Amino acid sequence: MIAAMIALSALAGVSGLLLGFAAIRFKVEGDPIVEKIDAILPQTQCGQCGYPGCRPYAEAIAAGEAEINLCPPGGPNGVAALADLLGRDPKPLNAEHLDKPKMLAVIDEQNCIGCTLCLQACPVDAILGAAKQMHTIIARECTGCELCVAPCPVDCIHMVPVAETISTWKWTAPIIPIKPAIPAKAAA
Amino acid sequence: MNALKRLFPFHGGLKTVRHKAESNQSPIQPGILPARLTVPLRQHIGAMAKPRVQPGDRVLKGQMIGQPEGYISAAIHAPTSGVVTAVESRPVPHPSGLPDLCVVIDSDGEERWMDRQPVDYRALHPSELRNVLRNAGIVGLGGAAFPSAVKLNLGGQSEWLETLILNGAECEPWITCDDRLMRERAAGIVAGLRVMAHLLEPREVLIGIEADKPEAIAAMTDACAGTGYEVRPIPTRYPSGSGKQLVKLLTGKETPVEGLPVDVGVQCFNVATAYTVHRAIDHGEPLISRVVTVTGHVRQPGNIEALLGTPFAQLVEQCGGYRDGVERLIMGGPMMGFALHSDEVPLTKAANCILAASAAELAPEQSVMPCIRCGACVEACPADLLPQQLYWHARAREFDKARDYHLFSCIECGCCSYVCPSHIPLVQYYRYAKNEIWAQEKEKEKAELARRRHQARLERLEREKQEREAKLRQKAPGKAPLTPGPSPTRGEGSPDPASSSNP
Repeated sequence: MIAAMIALSALAGVSGLLLGFAAIRFKVEGDPIVEKIDAILPQTQCGQCGYPGCRPYAEAIAAGEAEINLCPPGGPNGVAALADLLGRDPKPLNAEHLDKPKMLAVIDEQNCIGCTLCLQACPVDAILGAAKQMHTIIARECTGCELCVAPCPVDCIHMVPVAETISTWKWTAPIIPIKPAIPAKAAA
Repeated sequence: MNALKRLFPFHGGLKTVRHKAESNQSPIQPGILPARLTVPLRQHIGAMAKPRVQPGDRVLKGQMIGQPEGYISAAIHAPTSGVVTAVESRPVPHPSGLPDLCVVIDSDGEERWMDRQPVDYRALHPSELRNVLRNAGIVGLGGAAFPSAVKLNLGGQSEWLETLILNGAECEPWITCDDRLMRERAAGIVAGLRVMAHLLEPREVLIGIEADKPEAIAAMTDACAGTGYEVRPIPTRYPSGSGKQLVKLLTGKETPVEGLPVDVGVQCFNVATAYTVHRAIDHGEPLISRVVTVTGHVRQPGNIEALLGTPFAQLVEQCGGYRDGVERLIMGGPMMGFALHSDEVPLTKAANCILAASAAELAPEQSVMPCIRCGACVEACPADLLPQQLYWHARAREFDKARDYHLFSCIECGCCSYVCPSHIPLVQYYRYAKNEIWAQEKEKEKAELARRRHQARLERLEREKQEREAKLRQKAPGKAPLTPGPSPTRGEGSPDPASSSNP
């Protein structure tokens, strides 16, 4: 009886120590699912989902607080990828403009007064400039989030669609016209 | 015939109609000098060349007008002497029909060469020699236009090269430019091959030529006498001229999935590329012209050695003009070429054939039927793929699954579409799927960059906030920090400290 109690206590003690060690040694920093969701999101940091950036939105999805169809820049493909990852049903995108072309912000440098308001709004530091100096947008870094447009006091920032070039052009899926199985004459 | 026994046939392929006799009966004609040449700065795979001239500049024939940018790139040269009239976007031969940056040169008719310096390739360090070729704008002339200097550098990819293959198969119907080049300029090709062999030091050099070109085989065999290079006639079976298929056919080695022939110790070049290497090394002439087949529904089909930048319309004109009933102008052959949007586009390094197609040459328009899973495409596929599965996944936009079925091993040869009894445009689906996957990868890279920059910004904001608080604490010790700046919205997050102290 006593031997059994000692043996069980020893076993429990050893297991407890092991588990305690493992909990410290193999501690998971943060929620890995958040990383995975964040990797799918387009990182425009535009806030159109109602959260201040892509990571907060990813955290909200992981916590079950947000729907997966709130990200217009991610498009239907993004929703599908999220649904696949999380095992939820894909939903139609919750936005008015579905097929919006990719946009890029452009500063009309003639009218810029150098107020730095857009610099502070840009989530990816893609605007170059300083107080009372002309600002310009680093096109390669711009995500097209439109967050710089509203703060501009002189309305000198415009969104322009990204033009298609030879290097961005893509072959499209073949379009196969549907023809009546029986020619019109024969059917008549 | 003894040589045929040592071949290792690849799976699939097709016996296609040849249509070679239309254009291979007459010698290569020199091209007529056009009044205006449009030279695209992106004629190769890799980065676009950087323009080195401005409108108004006088250029000499062979002068570099586009400088290679980055490792995978090639130089662009003025094809004739004259005046640069514009450096701007012009239509180029591309399936999209979109314009690209070109240098427009008005020829002065004098054809004044720049100073040409032949190079003693044996005296040069291999890396210097590769630089000479890169600055001479040498790219693969078989159609892919990959910079040759890159392929002539084994550095890191493999220790040594087993086999160097010269590709004179020219398997695609209608095209005969390599055939004529081998018949007429075999000695030049072999001279270029010698330079390539000097750089790569292969254990053997093989020249693969389809057996339907007996004159070319004879000419090349004569030119190779005493060099140890071996001419191997191969059966006429499309696509024996595709790099990986030719490697398999001649050496029995399979190129790994998403790999290159060099991974199995084989490197492959087109015969026309070897010829341009000879011109660059032994004559100091950069790549400014190429032999192009003009055939199909034109009055006198043939081969022209034309300056790059010559409009297609003028090449067709030189071949007697269009016959009636031309429906489509194709660059490349009927199997792998693409339809052009206009004939006012310039000749580029990649253009081996201009095919004016009438209804007779084009496959009759057939309505597309559902896939019946007959497996004819599997029989025909020279890359040992399952085209019907690729089609299924590409159509359903399941690109990762298409990738699992080795979509990127597809060489887009068109054999599957050719044999499909339901007339499904299979290759179009594969091109679509490949392009979508590349675009997705680019998007991912861009998103990753944006994520990193956003992260860096958040860290910077946090750091600045702490620095400000520390400063305030120093100024007023004991007091709790108040609002950090004159205007919190403006002060916060400003990358420039001047703006926060400047309301």
